[in-house]
Amino acid sequence: MGEHTVASFDEELEHIDRLIRDMDELAAAMVAASIRALLASDNAMAQRVVSDDAIMDARQRELDDSAITLIAKRQPMAQDLRAVVGAIRMAGDLERIGDLAKNIAKRVSAVGQSATPRNLSHGIDTMADLVLVQLRGVVEHYVSRNAGALKELRADDQKIDVKYTAVFRELLTYMMEDPRNITACTHLLFCAKNLERIGDHVTNIAENAYYVVTGQQLPADRPKLDETTMSAPAT
Amino acid sequence: MNIMTEAGVEQKLSSGTNAPSIKMKGEKVSVHYGEKRALFDVDIDVRENQVTALIGPSGCGKSTFLRCLNRMNDTIDIARVSGKITLDGEDVYDPKIDVVELRARVGMVFQKPNPFPKSIYENVAYGPRIHGLARSKAELDGIVESSLKKAGLFNEVKDRLLESGTGLSGGQQQRLCIARAIAVSPEVILMDEPCSALDPIATARVEELIDELRQNYTIVIVTHSMQQAARVSQRTAMFHLGYLVEEGATDKMFTNPDDKRTQDYITGRFG
Repeated sequence: MGEHTVASFDEELEHIDRLIRDMDELAAAMVAASIRALLASDNAMAQRVVSDDAIMDARQRELDDSAITLIAKRQPMAQDLRAVVGAIRMAGDLERIGDLAKNIAKRVSAVGQSATPRNLSHGIDTMADLVLVQLRGVVEHYVSRNAGALKELRADDQKIDVKYTAVFRELLTYMMEDPRNITACTHLLFCAKNLERIGDHVTNIAENAYYVVTGQQLPADRPKLDETTMSAPAT
Repeated sequence: MNIMTEAGVEQKLSSGTNAPSIKMKGEKVSVHYGEKRALFDVDIDVRENQVTALIGPSGCGKSTFLRCLNRMNDTIDIARVSGKITLDGEDVYDPKIDVVELRARVGMVFQKPNPFPKSIYENVAYGPRIHGLARSKAELDGIVESSLKKAGLFNEVKDRLLESGTGLSGGQQQRLCIARAIAVSPEVILMDEPCSALDPIATARVEELIDELRQNYTIVIVTHSMQQAARVSQRTAMFHLGYLVEEGATDKMFTNPDDKRTQDYITGRFG
């Protein structure tokens, strides 16, 4: 895409894109750190994630301000308009991802207090890896305007759903085995649920990014494989 | 402002009314000014009771095309129009067509308000009088009043109808010119940048008016304001260097146009 006649218009759009990249990097760092803190019962690291969330919120406010000002000043059209509106929405999802990472971090001390075998959280570890690949990939594909990769990435969310179902069942068995595990496992279950929600936010980002890049909406139906809601009453 | 979306148009379809029919049609319209070719084989449909916006950078041919629709180019000696333009299926360049009558059916509003240096009343009454549309003074008064009302000007000028039209503000003058165009009961109204000399409030009034007029008239508007085209029109046609680049539903043209040149123009990347 060529440059605007007014060069500062390009700079303003670039600034918004840069904020999205910053927020994505921060979100990925927060998720990774919250899971490491969880696995290592590292309260100091968990505390850093909690304080990082304030930075995330500030970034989102900065992006909102920049986007609103750009709309007021430039009245963007077509792909520019899609980019600005898309950025506002993507920033909303990234901010929520930050909140969910913070929530995981807040549970670190609670899980650590109950003497739980470390292996309870193996499934969560691999689930977090899947989530991080998605989270880092989505903005990368957005920046490189790769619509095909965004579409694939969105479909890949089902891998996280499958993993979540497995973790859910696993934690349920631990709780049935020994009621003393219930407190820790419940917290871990919330952590797993948070990761699953983060996956959904990444899916939203992919959909928005796809729209910004192509001007087309992805079809609404997406494969869903979270079976916990169905299997829960049966267990 | 109430902008009819494509969805709205579809609603109209499902409720039993026909799709907007073609009021005017251009087929392979070309214009030469002397040796210079200004327009290249433009094919375009103007749909009834819709606003069609013509956009594009200066010199792209949009005003030239607009002026073909009521043969305003006839007034330029060196202009030569080829191709076919029809109004309700009738060739407007047919030698048998009475040009004066054609311009009553296809009225025009210009960039700068150009009221006659006469009273407000006379500005509106002039057209109906020379076209013999009123048989009595009372009937003429009625036409003047209803035209001024349709143009949204009546309440502001009803107590000074005999004062000069040139004493009105710019926005009022433009609405007076619209009233003057409406007075001869046209079917199509052509507008050549009708708001470019107006302030934002007067512009908003005229845009509101365009939306109301659409119920009874077919409107073709040339505008340099992209936002205006997006706000007032249902169809948008993009011109560049004398060619019609792309024509389509306004909603799509301003969110996701097909042609790169349209995209570059509406996003401010050239022009």
